[in-house]
Amino acid sequence: MWPPVSYHLMDIFIQQVVSGLATGSIYAALALALVMIYEATDVVNFAQGEMAMFATYICWAMLSAGVPYWGAFCGTLAIAFIGGLLIERIVIRPVENAPILTIVIITIGLLEIFNSLAGWIFSYVQKPFPSPFPKEPVRFGEIVIGSHELGQIGVTLAVLACIFVFFRFTPLGLAMRAAAQNPVSSRLVGIRVGWMLALGWGLAAMFGAVAGVMIAPIVFLEPNMMGGIQIYAFAAATLGGFTSPVGAVVGGLIVGVVENLVGTYVSFIGTELKLTVALAIIIIVLLVKPSGLFGRAVVRRV
Amino acid sequence: MSPLLEVQGLDAYYGRVKALDGVTFSLAAGGITTILGANGAGKTTTLRAISRMVRTEGQIRFAGEPIETCSTEEVVRRGVAHAPEGRGTFAQLTVEENLRLGAWGRRDRAGLEQEFARVFGYFPALQVRRKQQAGTLSGGEQQMLAVARALMLRPRLLLMDEPSLGLAPLIVQEIFRILRAVNAETGVAILLVEQNAALALDLADHVFLMETGRVVMEGPSGLLRRDDSIRKAYLGY
Repeated sequence: MWPPVSYHLMDIFIQQVVSGLATGSIYAALALALVMIYEATDVVNFAQGEMAMFATYICWAMLSAGVPYWGAFCGTLAIAFIGGLLIERIVIRPVENAPILTIVIITIGLLEIFNSLAGWIFSYVQKPFPSPFPKEPVRFGEIVIGSHELGQIGVTLAVLACIFVFFRFTPLGLAMRAAAQNPVSSRLVGIRVGWMLALGWGLAAMFGAVAGVMIAPIVFLEPNMMGGIQIYAFAAATLGGFTSPVGAVVGGLIVGVVENLVGTYVSFIGTELKLTVALAIIIIVLLVKPSGLFGRAVVRRV
Repeated sequence: MSPLLEVQGLDAYYGRVKALDGVTFSLAAGGITTILGANGAGKTTTLRAISRMVRTEGQIRFAGEPIETCSTEEVVRRGVAHAPEGRGTFAQLTVEENLRLGAWGRRDRAGLEQEFARVFGYFPALQVRRKQQAGTLSGGEQQMLAVARALMLRPRLLLMDEPSLGLAPLIVQEIFRILRAVNAETGVAILLVEQNAALALDLADHVFLMETGRVVMEGPSGLLRRDDSIRKAYLGY
């Protein structure tokens, strides 16, 4: 039985949870991108957030040129996909057999390049970014929830559903899963593993673009907008387990909700220390259960 | 009729270590050849050389075409299926998904259901476990899955690396019986690497022995089976 709580407090709680789910779905999308690339290549792509930011700028450029919203959205996803694919083929492929640290440093380099490129081309001045969802909030009885927040959750769910169907039920999705799990056997059945990796980078870039376009109306478009979100995404992927796509999504939602609830109800955290919560989550997970909620514990015989 | 597979003066290298030295042999279409020899003789390396998984020098011709500059994926698409040492199963995928992947290299991917029917005909145990995760299968079933996956390609040449490894004798006999049936019914050539010499000699028409990267003896399997002195000298029984 619920303890006697005034409806007012309950409403606030539910609104905070939904808000947390909304931002959590952004973290989930970016975390999913990180996990996809990590699963296939053992590499954490530190540039994922900046690539997402750059894709959002491309969307802004299309919108400024008069392209209708959903057309620009789809166009951005397509360009992000091709961009991610090209980056893998051109930048990552030459060093695919290098030590992990080399590849990590290259992704950090990409991070810097995209950040500076965005600032140079589009300037560092914050720009507003439109939301495709109505300004009026939605009411469920006493509870008021922003339409954009519901939209964020909806769009993320739609993208996830498509991805799930793609990987589970299409031949290409099966080949990509196989290439990530067992590249040697994949070559022996005729799969071009290199191209599967490129496709993986393309899809990951696409998820990042979705995250960027969905969050830009709230945090405003500027080259550093994804910095904090990238950290939340890392916390989400760490919490969920870097080898589990389901974990990335669940982790993202949990981080979003926890961040919001802690920021609202724990007075000394407020909004200034919310990011600290994310970093604390990373440290605690790595100390207590490094493989995360859904990840596989890796045992290596030395 | 020209041979299906011709290997001439094949050297293979792992880094700077030379694992094969001037290996030369050929395999007729539809024939079964087995490579025997001790551990480290270069048997697995020979198969990996044909699959382009290792750096080589020398000539390899498949169906009359040179394949030394082909990638693994290209060789597979030409009709060479390789069931590697250790089965190479996709452990996290289902049996059905493993089989589907086996057909990936085929140019004509229509009629996948017929392929499943054909393969389940040879391996009914796999049909029962169709939706099961491949990693949960027993060793014998995983070996059957490896062969079945290779057959999904409709290959012209089947490379089999130590199918008997770690399996109970009854299961091994069953697998070899099925290999014989597959060869008889589909005409697929088989190049078999085996440590179980008795079973391998029973199945194969032709045999060659390897020692430290070289072919030291070659001939029809009947010769080796019947001639006690050769058998004792090279195979120890």
